[in-house]
Amino acid sequence: MSNDPQVGPVQTVTAPTPPGKLKKEAKPASLWGDAFYDLRRRPMFIVSCVLIAILLVMSFWPSLFTSINPFDAKTCELATARQGPSAGHIFGRDSLGCDVYARTIFGARNSIVIGVSTTIITAIVGGLLGLLAGARGGAVDTVTSRVTEVFFAIPWILGALLISATFRDANLGIWIVVIALAVLAWPMTFRIMRAAVITARSQDFVVAARALGASQSRVMFGHLLPNAVAPVIVIATINLGGFISAEAALSFLGVGVQSPDISWGLMIADARNRFLEAPLPLVFPAVFLSITVLAFIMLGDAVRDALDPKLR
Amino acid sequence: MATKGERILEVRDLVKHFPLTQGILFKKQIGAIKAVDGVSFDLNRGETLGIVGESGCGKSTLAKVLMALERPTSGSVTINGRDIAKAKGPELKRMRRNIQMVMQDPYTSLNPRMTVGDIIGEPFDIHTEVAPKGDRRRKVQELLEVVGLNPDHINRYPHQFSGGQRQRIGIARGLALQPEIIVCDEPVSALDVSIQAQVINLLERLQNEFDLAYIFIAHDLSVVRHISDRVAVMYLGKVVELGKDTEIYDKPAHPYTQALLSAVPVPDPEGREQRERIILQGDPPSPANPPSGCRFRTRCWKAQEICAEEEPLLQIRQGTAHESACHFAETHDVVHVG
Repeated sequence: MSNDPQVGPVQTVTAPTPPGKLKKEAKPASLWGDAFYDLRRRPMFIVSCVLIAILLVMSFWPSLFTSINPFDAKTCELATARQGPSAGHIFGRDSLGCDVYARTIFGARNSIVIGVSTTIITAIVGGLLGLLAGARGGAVDTVTSRVTEVFFAIPWILGALLISATFRDANLGIWIVVIALAVLAWPMTFRIMRAAVITARSQDFVVAARALGASQSRVMFGHLLPNAVAPVIVIATINLGGFISAEAALSFLGVGVQSPDISWGLMIADARNRFLEAPLPLVFPAVFLSITVLAFIMLGDAVRDALDPKLR
Repeated sequence: MATKGERILEVRDLVKHFPLTQGILFKKQIGAIKAVDGVSFDLNRGETLGIVGESGCGKSTLAKVLMALERPTSGSVTINGRDIAKAKGPELKRMRRNIQMVMQDPYTSLNPRMTVGDIIGEPFDIHTEVAPKGDRRRKVQELLEVVGLNPDHINRYPHQFSGGQRQRIGIARGLALQPEIIVCDEPVSALDVSIQAQVINLLERLQNEFDLAYIFIAHDLSVVRHISDRVAVMYLGKVVELGKDTEIYDKPAHPYTQALLSAVPVPDPEGREQRERIILQGDPPSPANPPSGCRFRTRCWKAQEICAEEEPLLQIRQGTAHESACHFAETHDVVHVG
């Protein structure tokens, strides 16, 4: 090797560590471990978790929050329809004279189960297929992308009506709504995931992993997924509110949750005809719906930030 | 361990063409980008082969083919007697332990969501037979120390390091499997000059320590001169000149090499006055449709009819001691310094 005067002498960036000092900071760190450690310190995460916990308790044990059973017709009095808040009925009464507070509490289960399950199903199905299509490219990508385009071409309300009507006799209850919404909503998650994966795929660290001999699944789940999951988390938590209101639209059209069963969407749909005379029967379920959506969006935001080491 | 100077890499007639296709459903090949078109060279243990050439001449494609990240169209890349270009599955994985890569951009070559420990430890996770599980963390810390980083920083993330430090992390990852060959694809071009020197010196120290052979790809001629034992000059997918660093820099025989060297900035004002500038006309031709015969003839001031008809082979020519691919090869010192 020749010595070029332009290049300086050997320099080291950091001072060499004395032997025996290696033990410090010995606990291995990982992305998910660090993310969880970081999450526990975020007020937004704690607030959203407390809210979600309260909502979940509300959906599974609604009688803890109210002594009135809204399914019991005796608790409704037509004579008192659309009455404002009073001592025993803090949210007032709806157009059939039923207690709005009790109905809101009991409606939580259907709305939350539909919103959360649809979100989870679309995130997993759309996310995995998007990851596969983006990572593999070629024929796998072409086929799955064309299939999603078929789903995109179906107007969702028609598609959901068709699916719900087809499986009406199967007695699936609210799960019909979950299936109908999930079938029509996964392509959006798919597209977002696919685009994010394609962006990540062309980066050098993926090439480096392949040069090391990393398997396809290691590249997909170790490198591509953590770098592509952020937009999917954001869109999934935003969609959650959309699914709860979509359920209302389906109820209004006569499929999905039907009276005398209760859901927030159904309550909002019922109350909006008389909104100007009696706004409260609409406002209360709408506020609960907003709080639910907000809690999940905050959770998603906190998780997304925790998964990005640069934002910690 | 085999002796120093033993041949460990043989590249023969390596060709990589990327097909140009037309149509969406029925793809029809209408041509090919001839990124690498018949490249041959050898690499010995402990030696550094520099590869220089302007952007788009096929340097990086060559690196990808050597690393078996792209399959060559034809030709062979033989490492210790076995052809990596034809290896598959477990055999390819085993061969990868022998040839590793340091990438150009330290900002994108490290996964931003992995800790340094996970990045440097990944080779051990993939090649589980290299290090027992309990030993890996200690090995990663050793590697950090070898490349001049603080082993206590094992739990940090790449964004907490500077460019030069990141490149050291990339080098540590390349070293983890104790390869014999490291392909450095422009390892310092994304760094500023003072950091370049540190990284180059680190690479040299590691070469002496571990008896590594480097393929050093760069477009900075002075960096290549500093680190290389031999230099190959590429133009439009072909090697036009190959020889010892002193031969290439002091007695370049190919007109393209002479033109390249005349463009190197000279830091000494007196030397700057002395040297001659060869200004090439036009742009490099498209690799999809290279000129007949000699590929450099469209921009060469020596070109004659024979250059269009007959392709000059890379061979030792009259009056020169090293191989060049020019019908009118003639040594000519353009730099007049060092």
